[in-house]
Amino acid sequence: MAKHHVTTTINGDPVEFLCTPAQTLLDVLRDVLYLTGSKEGCASGDCGACSVMLDGRLVCSCLVLGVEAQGRSIETIEGMAHGDRLHPLQQKFLEHAALQCGVCTPGFLVAAKALLDRNPDPTETEVRYWLAGNLCRCTGYDKIVRAVLDAAAEMRGN
Amino acid sequence: MDYRSPGTVKEAVDLLAAHNGAAHVLAGGTDLLVKLRAGVVAPELVVDLKAIPQLRGIAADANGFRIGAATSCAEIGEHAALAAAWPGVVEALQLIGSTQIQGRASLGGNLCNASPAADSVPALIAAGAVCEVAGPGGERQVPVEKIVTGPGKTSLARGEFVVGFRLPKPRARSGDAYLRLIPRTEMDIAVVGVGVAMTLDAAGVCTHARVGLGAVAPTPLLVEDAAKALIGTRVDAAALAALAAATSAACKPIDDKRGTVAYRIKVAGVLARRTAQTALERARGSTTKATGR
Repeated sequence: MAKHHVTTTINGDPVEFLCTPAQTLLDVLRDVLYLTGSKEGCASGDCGACSVMLDGRLVCSCLVLGVEAQGRSIETIEGMAHGDRLHPLQQKFLEHAALQCGVCTPGFLVAAKALLDRNPDPTETEVRYWLAGNLCRCTGYDKIVRAVLDAAAEMRGN
Repeated sequence: MDYRSPGTVKEAVDLLAAHNGAAHVLAGGTDLLVKLRAGVVAPELVVDLKAIPQLRGIAADANGFRIGAATSCAEIGEHAALAAAWPGVVEALQLIGSTQIQGRASLGGNLCNASPAADSVPALIAAGAVCEVAGPGGERQVPVEKIVTGPGKTSLARGEFVVGFRLPKPRARSGDAYLRLIPRTEMDIAVVGVGVAMTLDAAGVCTHARVGLGAVAPTPLLVEDAAKALIGTRVDAAALAALAAATSAACKPIDDKRGTVAYRIKVAGVLARRTAQTALERARGSTTKATGR
């Protein structure tokens, strides 16, 4: 099958790649572009480990075809820190020990950033519902939720 | 498998016709990509409908609302005028999946995936939504309740697809609501789902009602006997009891891990009563959020 030539924007940079029509955006990110921060957990849209932003919407990149990236704008976990300066969410995940194995962490961070960009002062309930599509099988959710709420407070300047 | 992203309805119709059943439409992809990966479907061609302007966005006019079939649930949920006019429809489609799924899943996909338990469908049936369908024979209008014919099966002919949905402008003193039962608080498939829409006259008597019922039969149902139990009444306790009985009587459910036949039949009546109470309060003009999730 002929590969498609796709022109897109990833973390603000213009990017071109070749992919087959059957490759998912997650496959392209990891196996073609070597952006391996987005993880494959379930590959069926249940776990959220592959979460990215697609034209400003939080999506599972395992449920997007690579060819659909044509002309779109994608943000991945690789765009979250500025050089060595971590995003407040990343810093708070470290401080609260909101991760153990770390496979779910990029997805949680991308999803949590999407929430705080829309709602800088979410309630705990809002955080829990927003993150219901991100599964963690080792840390448990309490530390993650606390880290998100603490990062939100810091970002509001409290 | 190849991929095409046509820019017009006609191009999409022609592509689907040229592949004579071996092409599959793509909107949000939240069901299709899972089926592709599992090998449940293996199309020669995927026709992405999202670049077609008529498939995208929400428009309001004097007759009501038009929703492009590939519009994501997240986009629909942000449309304040639609949420004010048809809160039950918007609540229902916002129950579909996670935040990530909401960002992609489309109203057309939730209908045409043809799950008996699709959350948006009973609410759309109650609202009297009509689908615009395009295909090799031209365009036609189909009421939502006529689309799904069985689990995974629709009445769409080969090469047809849903272009958009029309929701009428609500009459004065109208309200709608949707409730579903799931064993958890979020991220599950309905054991029962009920949508109710009703209109009252100035004296508070119900003049119009529609009841949609999901997850208790091979297809989502329009339950006319349940609507009849409300019409002509003040939606009092007796009418609500009659509504519950008619809703339970319409169920033809299966036993599965989410619920037994007897449980589903019982719960359908209870949920119908609660959903109707919320729709009633909305029709009376108080703004009420449905209390279930």
